[in-house]
Amino acid sequence: MEKLLDVRNLRTSFFTSDGEVRAVNDVSFHVGAGEVVAIVGESGCGKSVTQMSVVQLVQSPPGRILGGEVIFEGEDLLKYPRKSRKMMSIRGAKIAMIFQEPMTSLNPVLTVGSQLSEVIRTHTGARRKDAWNSGIKALESVGIPDPERRMKSYPFEMSGGMRQRVMIAIAAACNAKLIIADEPTTALDVTTQAQVMELLLSLVKERGTSLIIVTHNLGLVTRYADRIYVMYAGKIVESGTTRDLLTEPKHPYTAGLLRSVPRLDAQKDVDLVPIKGSPPNLAELDWRCAFLPRCRCALEGTCDKLKQPVLAPAGEREHFAACHLLTEVSEND
Amino acid sequence: MTDLSVKNSTPLLQVEGLHMSFPAGSGIASKKHAVVRAVDNVSFTIEEGKTFGLVGESGCGKTTVGKCILRVYRATGGKIFYMGTDITGLPDKQFNSFRREIQLIFQDPYGSLDPRQSVYSILKEAIVCDGKRHSKEQIRARVNELLGLVELAPAMSGRYPHEMSGGQRQRLGIARALACEPKLVVCDEPVSALDVSIQAQIINLFKELQKKLGLTYLFIAHDLAVVRHIADTIGVMYLGHLVEVMDAEKLYTSPVHPYTRALLSAVPITDYDVERSRRREVLQGEVPSPINAPSGCPFHPRCKYATDVCRQTMPELRDMGDGHFSACHHPCTGAALQQEQTAQG
Repeated sequence: MEKLLDVRNLRTSFFTSDGEVRAVNDVSFHVGAGEVVAIVGESGCGKSVTQMSVVQLVQSPPGRILGGEVIFEGEDLLKYPRKSRKMMSIRGAKIAMIFQEPMTSLNPVLTVGSQLSEVIRTHTGARRKDAWNSGIKALESVGIPDPERRMKSYPFEMSGGMRQRVMIAIAAACNAKLIIADEPTTALDVTTQAQVMELLLSLVKERGTSLIIVTHNLGLVTRYADRIYVMYAGKIVESGTTRDLLTEPKHPYTAGLLRSVPRLDAQKDVDLVPIKGSPPNLAELDWRCAFLPRCRCALEGTCDKLKQPVLAPAGEREHFAACHLLTEVSEND
Repeated sequence: MTDLSVKNSTPLLQVEGLHMSFPAGSGIASKKHAVVRAVDNVSFTIEEGKTFGLVGESGCGKTTVGKCILRVYRATGGKIFYMGTDITGLPDKQFNSFRREIQLIFQDPYGSLDPRQSVYSILKEAIVCDGKRHSKEQIRARVNELLGLVELAPAMSGRYPHEMSGGQRQRLGIARALACEPKLVVCDEPVSALDVSIQAQIINLFKELQKKLGLTYLFIAHDLAVVRHIADTIGVMYLGHLVEVMDAEKLYTSPVHPYTRALLSAVPITDYDVERSRRREVLQGEVPSPINAPSGCPFHPRCKYATDVCRQTMPELRDMGDGHFSACHHPCTGAALQQEQTAQG
């Protein structure tokens, strides 16, 4: 599959009073055209900052993109300054973003229609009236009833699910090539979540849009993603196709996550197996594997003596994991 | 609807036909008699030592039920029996003796802990509120005991909430509730603010504490998988009504209310093969406003089985056998279920 987005060795840090926080530490991932890729991890693992770095929206200071490449349609976006004309023309038009809480992404004092048509005018150069009409069509395409009237509504007059649809309409109106959805359904109820996700998926199917879902919800990923990247403490610890990664997780963290989520169809008396401890503070990481203090499988004399593991092949079909047990132990066998 | 409680022993908590209405809007322009029926004719019982899970989407009234039991709200109708005593009509002074026995755990532990109090003083406050005399040593010992129960190190007692992680704060919230030696604990979304790996720790802690202390839980949450894991019996709420009550095992295998079925199918299962072969049913539309609640069955505007009778008459919670109750004119059982499956196939 042709790579639409290819991120290589991305590093983003925040320089705070506590020292350098390496939020994104040598992260590489890619997204093919029409592919649905999920970035999974717990809060503070750097999954959102990774995506914000792609579109250069990391708040600076204290944040800074230190290195790496973000190759989108064959061009390295990091070569362009964040406020350059090039970045402006990519953000919103070619790469659209959908955030967790649509109320904070929409301007509360402007009508939905004026915000929607503003985006269309900026990115397509359409005239005011045409932009308004395209806006109506966009609202209709995301299943908002009575779009003419809704164009004149303010965001607060809409429900959470409806507002998220507006965000998707904005993304769809400009025919974005890539949609980055950062926890798009976390604030929504389950039935609304299903509606919003099906809507996003229909964009992928009908227009060949690529989709990055950033989430902590493993269920969502199981249902919708083609490929998954699991992040922990600023690094990708495992990646692979959804099937491989979920049926045969190779990294103890991925396996642990899967065991700690209650399943609807599980036997009632099966206990959950939580991961002990809590995620590390990114400012206090040492040179060893970041998951070491919480790992059930850590080998004494191996994991605590070696430097941070790097991603290594863990199976067929692009399955990779960063774990010493995979590289060191299998070599000794 | 007393048929819900055909048990010999007195249940710990029995809620009968609970109603809670709030006046909607204020000011001159608003309609004078508009009310929001947040909870409408809700009945259920919880046996001692068991967990009753209340699930539903936001705005369905599940938290209001909890608050009525804790008497944050005075119920506008119906009765709540705690160990056989009707606590709805009790004057505040007499109710105070029950307050210690019914405790609450919140969703956001950070918002419910005083940021300027240390762990020790937060717990001390809950320990001494019984009005008895406590020596310093007694309090110290009890604080350590409580911290031990929730698996926090005794050294934590000098910390402040902002120095703790989310999981630790929730443990502290639980310890504070336990300080009063409650019988019934109302847990309102106690794990939904936590990360997945921490969530499992807290869920296991809830189960252990129940075993150790014989606690009874009213577990309110929106996450079906979590509730199913922890609860013995589950009640599903929609727009203020209890639409289905069943054994937790049955939630996944044989729900009969169309809303429960839609809710289930909206929750993905974290198993690739199971999930990808599942039938996906996306419920259309949104939850209507409780101010203009639909006539008849509250779910009829979104229900694919709805007929005229659904639009006109509110279905009663009916016994489907085996402690399974459902409020639906056309429950998905037997013939109806078969029809659906053949239509799918």
